[in-house]
Amino acid sequence: MIHNHLNTQPSTITIPSRTERLNDVRQFVAQAARVCGFKDEDVNNIMLAVDEACTNIIKHAYNYAPDESIEVNVGMREGDFEIVIADRGKNFNPENVPPPDMKEYMSQYRRGGLGLYLMKKVMDTVDFQFKANRNILRMTKHLH
Amino acid sequence: MNEFKVAIRENESAHVLDLMGYLDAHTAPILEEAFQSMIGSGKFRIIVNCRDLTYISSAGLGVFMAYIEDVRENKGDIKMSNMTPKVFQIFDLLGFPMLYDIVNDERDAIAKFAALS
Repeated sequence: MIHNHLNTQPSTITIPSRTERLNDVRQFVAQAARVCGFKDEDVNNIMLAVDEACTNIIKHAYNYAPDESIEVNVGMREGDFEIVIADRGKNFNPENVPPPDMKEYMSQYRRGGLGLYLMKKVMDTVDFQFKANRNILRMTKHLH
Repeated sequence: MNEFKVAIRENESAHVLDLMGYLDAHTAPILEEAFQSMIGSGKFRIIVNCRDLTYISSAGLGVFMAYIEDVRENKGDIKMSNMTPKVFQIFDLLGFPMLYDIVNDERDAIAKFAALS
């Protein structure tokens, strides 16, 4: 039970907006997901979703400016692993972009726009908000 | 650090790219450079051996998408082999098996290229 109690504590990593730090974020969320009891396949999917989200922020919200920051907060909430990622970049809501027809999209070998598709595929919920000049992305994955 | 390396080998029917480590937005330019150098020197029969590829994100997948048309227009192909189940799962999520030739073993890809010669 003590273990369970600890699992519910949120924890945070803040990184500069540089792709070289993606690995740090992946390791951070993977560790947290494992502690919460997720199996390898889910851990891998959670890592991928967070990587894609941070990559989008670096590219689109910050347009590769290297010294901005990205805050990643993880914790358990009512049986779900919750990841909240915040940045102060350009208001970026990929949900405004209509989802591509993946079959057609892939058959044309187009690049870009795949990150959001993957995030939605591997997570249970993906939600974007813009609040107090911050992009807030919230993703959840249910612990079975 | 995100460790990623590409090594290029040549065999009788194709060139083989051995990928090692983590392929993400930070390391994708390394793979991009390798493809550019292959295509720039007229090598269009390419096998990507993923045996030691630990991780791939959409930035890495995008590199394959960027070059496949060029390669096929020149009567070549990018065939992928030796993927771990973990890496295959990500390729599969995007429907890559429908569009790319993904084989179990590098030897299968070599044989397919050899059959064309």
